[in-house]
Amino acid sequence: MTASAFDQYAALTAAVPHEIVTHSLVKDIVVPGAGGTAGARIALVTLDNGFDHSKPTTLGPSTLVELGRTLETLRDRAAAGEIDAVAVTGKPYFLVAGADLTTVKQLKDPAHGAMMARLGHEAYDLLADLGVPTFAFINGVALGGGLEIALACTYRTVSAGANGIGLPEAFIGLVPGWGGVYRLPRLIGPEAALKVMIGNPLSNNRTIAGPEAFGLGVADALFEPADFLEQSLAWAGEVLAGNTAVERPHAVDPATDPAVAQRWDAAAKAARALVAAKSGDAAPAPSKVLDVFEAGKLATQKESAELEVGALTELMQSPQFRDTVYAFLDLVQRRAKRPAGAPDAKLARPVTKVGVVGAGLMASQLALLFARQLKVPVVMTDVDDARVGKGVGYVHAEVDKLLAKGRLSPDAATRTKALVTGSVSKEAFADADFVIEAVFEELAVKKQVFAEVEAVVSPECILATNTSSLSVTAMAEDLQHPERVVGFHFFNPVAVMPLIEIVRAPKTEDAVLATAFALARSLKKTAVLVKDAAAFVVNRVLLRLMGEVTAAFDEGTPAEVADASLKPMGLPMSPFTLAAMVGLPVAQHVSESLHAAFGERFHVSANQQALIDAGIKGLWAPTEDGGHEIPASTLARLHFGSSPSTSEQVLVQCHDALAQEIGLLLEEGVVAGPEDVDLCMILGAGWPMHLGGITPYLDRVGASERVNGRKFHAEG
Amino acid sequence: MATTRHIRDVVFVDGVRTPFGKAGDKGMYHGTRADDLVVKTIRELLRRNPTLPAERVDEVSIAATTQTGDQGLTIGRSAALLAGLPKTVPGFAVDRMCAGAMTAVTTTASGIGVGAYDVVIAGGVEHMGNHPMGQGTDPNPRFMAERLVDPTALTMGSTAENLHDRFPAITKERADRYAVASQAKLAAAYENGQIQPDLVPIATHRPGEGFGLATADEPPRPGTTLEDLAGLRTPFRPHGRITAGNAAGLNDGATACLLASAETADELGLTPRMRLVSFAFAGVEPEVMGIGPVPATEKALAKAGLSIEDIGLFEINEAFAVQVLSFLDHFGIADDDPRVNRYGGAIAVGHPLASSGVRLMTQLARQFAEDPSVRFGMTTMCIGLGMGGTVIWENPLHPDYRKGE
Repeated sequence: MTASAFDQYAALTAAVPHEIVTHSLVKDIVVPGAGGTAGARIALVTLDNGFDHSKPTTLGPSTLVELGRTLETLRDRAAAGEIDAVAVTGKPYFLVAGADLTTVKQLKDPAHGAMMARLGHEAYDLLADLGVPTFAFINGVALGGGLEIALACTYRTVSAGANGIGLPEAFIGLVPGWGGVYRLPRLIGPEAALKVMIGNPLSNNRTIAGPEAFGLGVADALFEPADFLEQSLAWAGEVLAGNTAVERPHAVDPATDPAVAQRWDAAAKAARALVAAKSGDAAPAPSKVLDVFEAGKLATQKESAELEVGALTELMQSPQFRDTVYAFLDLVQRRAKRPAGAPDAKLARPVTKVGVVGAGLMASQLALLFARQLKVPVVMTDVDDARVGKGVGYVHAEVDKLLAKGRLSPDAATRTKALVTGSVSKEAFADADFVIEAVFEELAVKKQVFAEVEAVVSPECILATNTSSLSVTAMAEDLQHPERVVGFHFFNPVAVMPLIEIVRAPKTEDAVLATAFALARSLKKTAVLVKDAAAFVVNRVLLRLMGEVTAAFDEGTPAEVADASLKPMGLPMSPFTLAAMVGLPVAQHVSESLHAAFGERFHVSANQQALIDAGIKGLWAPTEDGGHEIPASTLARLHFGSSPSTSEQVLVQCHDALAQEIGLLLEEGVVAGPEDVDLCMILGAGWPMHLGGITPYLDRVGASERVNGRKFHAEG
Repeated sequence: MATTRHIRDVVFVDGVRTPFGKAGDKGMYHGTRADDLVVKTIRELLRRNPTLPAERVDEVSIAATTQTGDQGLTIGRSAALLAGLPKTVPGFAVDRMCAGAMTAVTTTASGIGVGAYDVVIAGGVEHMGNHPMGQGTDPNPRFMAERLVDPTALTMGSTAENLHDRFPAITKERADRYAVASQAKLAAAYENGQIQPDLVPIATHRPGEGFGLATADEPPRPGTTLEDLAGLRTPFRPHGRITAGNAAGLNDGATACLLASAETADELGLTPRMRLVSFAFAGVEPEVMGIGPVPATEKALAKAGLSIEDIGLFEINEAFAVQVLSFLDHFGIADDDPRVNRYGGAIAVGHPLASSGVRLMTQLARQFAEDPSVRFGMTTMCIGLGMGGTVIWENPLHPDYRKGE
């Protein structure tokens, strides 16, 4: 083997011995020319890891070295006049899904991280300067480093069937530092580029599809998937023959055009405002993307590459990056699909009809979800015709909204509406396989409901409760078949929140539990198995946290200070805003339950009760200038202690409280491990991935060791 | 009914095919689906005829001998959907073994003739790598118990040996010489750029390899000599005459063509390249199925009121050299008559069973364009289980086009 620029990365590849390598498979192609003549000679590189679509292609050190060496060979062949162009495409449905995050996360030595950052540039720079034109045929998923391969090429085509195109690094905790942050804004303009690099990653990690990528100017041509590769090669042949002119109306150069430079600054400013609004400074990556974007405005590509390598090297060692990969890959993508402690799925029984006890808002949301996802009859009951009619009416109106938005076809809308019926008699549950109650949170009421339902249904029919704070065990106690009772706890709004806490009571039998897990999967929700303990996981952790903040407030900490104290965590909303959204009476009710169950750890606020008594919906009221304040009329009802805290004190207090509560929760065996707590907080409360859910963050800030004497996670 | 029914003229507008591949795990289409081959020919037809609105296609008829797996699911309809034709366009699947695509053409042409369709797509596919000949068939035991057919009737190579027995004047040496000429004529046609314009490039993806692009036929062996062929094995009989050299191979490929009523072609600005004059199918003894084109041709000529001398160009499928030679001998045509298979034939280019009929038509259409002095041409082929099929076409470029109709 002749000397290669990629020999120097041997230490890096050796550090990652178990990489699933995406190979660079080369085939020479002669595109047909005019009149049966031979046209352009194109070396086509297919990126393929040898697995089917269930294992996406990714970029690790050995993959990039192989790509680099392959491109070196093609550069030499181009110089020898053997080929007219090089094109890169991927195995079916993927160009490349981006860097192998599991691998990158393991690069604990900053020197290895720097090498990894440099390696990408070394390989991609060849695509940008190979001596002949280079093409990327974006046939499918092109994320992060995958899209950056395409951006380094001279030309790009994209399939109209491609999904998952984007630069999600800001979401993951990195920067698009293999040339993306430099090349994309010059190709499609700074505003669109920052939408792809900042706006989309911070909007639930949104990606774009082929037609949108073409519309933005990411690709020069769009072809249908049926013969995408053939048409892309034919197009490349036409471009190489000079028969097709490639126009890039969105392309800009900030170094030569002062108007573009101004747009650049304005776009960066707008993006910074967005970052502040979305995540604050809790995660460093989005701001770092903008730092490199701005610093690269007048830089050469080589100068920008140095900035990119620096940023990547730094961020790869950041805890936020590692915790995001843990949350995103290990939890949401893996653990969520294989719930810890779930019984054998084969035990699950079919659910062909669902009953919903109650026709209030929660019950109606449940009925809609069951009808839409399970496509089985759903019957709702309530005490009178008016309530039943209102519940069924709500479902029908929601279906009509979905129809109007085009989210449901007319036939599907008709079917869904027909599936949801109502009755004032529980006799309607006679042939149901699964009945869930969503009535008032009062044990006696729920026991009464279950007794009535049991009198009607078959002995196997599952009785589920959506309770958020009551004892499932107690609910089952007096039934003839307590083994059929299971907790099935949704989060509000039901259609949006992806979590269900499945509560196993001591007598719940495996077949019932297995059916509940199968049902959750059919509903496209993630289920976590929890023990029957007050408020389970999400509400217990949330309420403990809110209790700490409310307690600090009650003791005299100014509302602004208390409510802003958690800002460094980057939670989706401040505690008081959350309390108002949940509804103060609900929050108070759950706090009281938890106080009853666990004692003084859970603060029950007299001030909050005062607000409820006065019918006040939240502490904050909007001001005319768009801010918020506590109105004097509210303030007059509140009483404060005389020991205010600083926001830093409140934050530490909260850290410690969270570490303590989660430690106790794990000790009680409520869930299988801290991973389940994290999964619950991410999916049930929307807590950010850069905290790893919560327990990696508590380890990181020292709370776990301070309170429990040890970390939740061993150093990995 | 107020209208008086009349038979409408059917014209062949355009035809394309995939490059043909060698069947099996060494072939270029190993790892490529049969239905994808069809889809790409349909899309190419629509691209090449941009004045045809896709919703005007009234039928998609696709032939396959083995209608399971990637050739199953009513491939005419499924390929239409996969090709992105409007959902309003129907489709069906056809089978007449080697004459599948020919039958797709004659069946839909008949529909055009009686006014049921204005525009159709007809073609065929056979991925003999994915569907080895005879796989999954279950011949009724009565065939043998009651001696309904000779035991050799279901082995095509044996039926070709039987044909040599019946016509002792057709020697192995004559068959080999014919095969050498077929290879040479195809090579010349490639050299002249007569094949490439109707080929649809196909992305290939062999397992473990990167994507490739098929742009030319894989089976041809240009430069084949008599000496090359003399020593080949005769797998169907010891000291027999049929070899891999004087027979078509086992191949993968797809074809498709566009047919229209003459009026609709005119309305949509589609240029007729051939007019259908007559067609006929005929049965023969299954154990000598290669003689099928003779009675089929006699029937088709009779229906057209033509004689064999009126036919200026022949596209005859070369399942076996002996089968072509028996046809030529019957009609008193020389082995090297320049009217016959100008671009060579299946011995060189390959014979993906149900697809071949439209290849013959596409090539005849190109030869009509090259030679306006020819008025009538013929596509003909032998068919397993003892049949033949013949379609006679007229050249619109001939000065006497449609005279006497």
